Amino acid sequence: MRWILGLFPLALLAGLVAFFLGADPTAPFRDAFPPVEDLTIERVSFPESGVMRVHVVNGGPEAATIAQVIVDAAYWRFAIDGDPTLPRLARATLELDYPWVEGELHVIRLVTSTGLTFDREVAVATLSPRPNTLYLTTFGLLGLYAGVIPVLVGLLWYPFLRRIDRKWIHFYLSLTVGLLAFLVVDAFEDTLEASALVPEGFQAAGLIAVGVIGAIVGLRALGNVGRGRGGGASAGAGGASSGLTVAYLIAISIGLHNLGEGLAIGAAFSLGEIALGSFLVIGFALHNTTEGLAIVAPVAAKRPALRHFAFMGGIAGLPTVLGAWAGGFSYSPTLATLFLALGAGAILQVIVEVTRLIRKSWPQGLFTPLNATGLLLGLVVMYGTALMVTA
Amino acid sequence: MKPEKLSRRDWLRLGAAGVAGVSGATVLELASRGGAREALAASGAMPREPGADGAAAGPGAEHQEAMGIVGIPGPDGTFDPAAFLTDFDYGEVTTRADGRVVRSWRVVALDRDIEIAPGVFFPAWTYNGQVPGPTLRCTEGDILQVEFTNAGSHPHTIHFHGAHPPEMDGFEPVVEPGRRFTYEFEAKPFGLHLYHCHTMPLKRHIHKGLYGTFIVDPPEGREPAREMVMVMNAFDSNLDGDNEVYAVNTSAFHYHHHPVRVGVNDLCRVYLVNTTEFDLINSFHLHAGMFKVFRTGTRSDQYELTDTIMMCQGERHVLEFRLENPGMHMFHAHQSEFAELGWMGFFEAVERLAADEGAPMRPASRDV
Repeated sequence: MRWILGLFPLALLAGLVAFFLGADPTAPFRDAFPPVEDLTIERVSFPESGVMRVHVVNGGPEAATIAQVIVDAAYWRFAIDGDPTLPRLARATLELDYPWVEGELHVIRLVTSTGLTFDREVAVATLSPRPNTLYLTTFGLLGLYAGVIPVLVGLLWYPFLRRIDRKWIHFYLSLTVGLLAFLVVDAFEDTLEASALVPEGFQAAGLIAVGVIGAIVGLRALGNVGRGRGGGASAGAGGASSGLTVAYLIAISIGLHNLGEGLAIGAAFSLGEIALGSFLVIGFALHNTTEGLAIVAPVAAKRPALRHFAFMGGIAGLPTVLGAWAGGFSYSPTLATLFLALGAGAILQVIVEVTRLIRKSWPQGLFTPLNATGLLLGLVVMYGTALMVTA
Repeated sequence: MKPEKLSRRDWLRLGAAGVAGVSGATVLELASRGGAREALAASGAMPREPGADGAAAGPGAEHQEAMGIVGIPGPDGTFDPAAFLTDFDYGEVTTRADGRVVRSWRVVALDRDIEIAPGVFFPAWTYNGQVPGPTLRCTEGDILQVEFTNAGSHPHTIHFHGAHPPEMDGFEPVVEPGRRFTYEFEAKPFGLHLYHCHTMPLKRHIHKGLYGTFIVDPPEGREPAREMVMVMNAFDSNLDGDNEVYAVNTSAFHYHHHPVRVGVNDLCRVYLVNTTEFDLINSFHLHAGMFKVFRTGTRSDQYELTDTIMMCQGERHVLEFRLENPGMHMFHAHQSEFAELGWMGFFEAVERLAADEGAPMRPASRDV
C-alpha cells in the first residue's frame, strides 16, 4: 500500500509529460522564434593522410541539420554516418577527403540548413594516434614520467621526514596545504577550460557541481570508513591509522586529479595543441614530485608498512597513464570536465583533512609563524614548478 | 507622388504570401510557397521560374541526397539558375498614340526562403519571389512603367540605375508594406544597368536579395549572340557581416555541375553585374580564352581585351567572347576564396549544339 502512495506523484508527473508531448501547448512560443541551433565539434581527428574526421554533437535544444561543411574557407564534400539531421544530444561523425597539411592550422565550419555556422579550429594538424603498441607505450611512458615516477620520488622524503622534529613535521604538513591549495586553483582552471568545449545540452556547470560535490562527499565517507576500521582494529593505534587514512585520501584525490591531467595531456597531444617536448615532461615531473611529499607528510610521525607507499604511489600516479591513454585516443570534453571536477573537489576535501590533522596535534593549527611560512612556501614552490609547465 | 494604398482585397490576396514569408524562417514552412505563388498570380506578376509549380516542392527526401555533396542544388523548385541565365523579361508591350513603345512590368516584393547551396536556406527578401529579381530588358527610348507592390514585411523601393527624373529614382518615396507605386520613365542611356532596393539600412536590403539586372539595348541592337545574365551575388547566412556563400545567380557551384553549353566559335555575350555585399570587389575570370569588356555596355566601339575583370559593388559590364576549342572552359571569381565558396562554373564548348541546347541566340524575332 505504501509504495502506491510513493508512486502516485510519479504517475501524475508522467501524465503531465504525456500531455505536453501530445498537446504541445507551447507551440505558439516556438513558432514565434527562429530555431536555436547549437552544434559543437568535439574533436577533429586525422586518421590518415588526406582524410579528416569531424566528431559533432548537437548540444542545442532542438534538432539541427548539417547541410554543408566548409574547410579553410572552401566548401568540401563530406560523408556522414547516418542522418544529417541530429536530434538533441545526438552525435555524428563526418568524414572528408581533405588534403590537410601536417603541422598547419585548419578551420572546420559546419553550415546548417538555416545558414548558421559552427566552427572549430585545429591549431596544429597531426596524424591522430591509433591504439597500437607504439602509442600505448608512448602514452604509458608519458604517464609514468609525468605521474608515477615523480610521486614515488616524492615519497622518498619519508625517511627524512621521520627523523625531524615534530614542530618541523607540522611545517611540512602546512607546506602540503599550500601545495594542495595551489593545486585546487589549478584544477578548477583546468576544469573550466575543458568545460568551455562541453556542448550546452550537457550542462557543464551541473557536471562540475556533480564532480566537485561528489568527490567531497565520497572522500568524507571513505575517510569515516577508514577511521572507523582503524579504531576498531587497534584502539591504541587510532592516531596512526588516522594519519594513514589522510595519506590515502590525499593519494586518491591526487590520483583523481592526475586522471584529469592525463586526459588533458593526452588530448592536447593528439589534438596537436601542445608539442610534448622533454621540457614539458620535466615540468610535470617536478610539479608532481611535490605531490609525493604531500602524501607522506601526514604519516611522517608513524611507521606504515612499505607496501602502503607502493599502493599510495600507484593510486596517485597511475591514473595519469590511464588518463593519457583515454585522452590521446578518444577525447571527450564532457568526460574530461567531469574527471577534472572530481579531482578539484577531492583536493578541496583533502585540504580540510590535512588541516584537521594539524589542528588535532597542534592547537594553533596553520597559523603559527612557522606553519604559515610553510603554507606560503608550498604555494611558492608550486608556482615555481608550474612555470616549467607551459602548456 | 505618393504610393497608393492597396485595396483591402488586394491586401488579403498578397497578405497570405507575405505573412507566410515572415514566419517562414524554418525549412519546414517552405511548403507555404504555394501561397506565395497564388499571391503572385493574383497580383499579375508571375515568378519567372520554371520549377515553381507544386506547392509540395519543399525540402523532401530529394534534398537529403544533396547533403554533403558540394554544389548540386536540390530540386527545391524555387529557382532554376539554368533558366534564369537566359531569361529576359521584355514586359508587356503597347504602343502609345504618339508611336512610342511602352513596356510595363509588375514587380512584387515578397519575403521568401531561398536555397543558396544544397540544403542551405536563406530567409530572403525578393522581387517576384526570386533572387536575383527578373532581368528587365528594353530598348533605348522606350517608355517604362514598373508597377511595384510591396507584399513584404518591410518598406522597400526599386532604385534603377541609368538616367531618369529624381522623383522616379526609387530613393523616395519609400513604399510601405501593403502599398503600391508605379515608376515611369524613359529608358536611357543604352547599356547594362541594374536595379535594387534603396531603403535604409541599405546593406541589409541589398544583401537580403532585392536586386536585379536592367538591360537597355541600343536602338540599332547588338550583334546576335548566345546571351546570358550573370549576377555575381553572395549571402551572409549567419548574419555576421561576412558572406558564407558566393555564386553567380544565387546557387553555389550550379554552373560547375551543370556547365553552360555553347557552340565552338559562337559569339557569346555575358551581361555581368556585381551585387555582392560586404566584399568591396568581385571579379570574373575566363579560362582558355579572352573576352572583350564593354564597360557598363554604354559604348559599342570601345572595349578592352582581357581574361580577368575586377568589379566594384554595383559595377557591371558586357563581356563578349568566342571559345575557339571544344571542351570545358572554367570561369570563376579570381579571388580564390570566393571561387571555393561557390562562385565557380564551366562553359562547355561543343562543335555541334542542338537547336534547343545551351543559351539561345539573341536577339531573336520573338524577343521584341
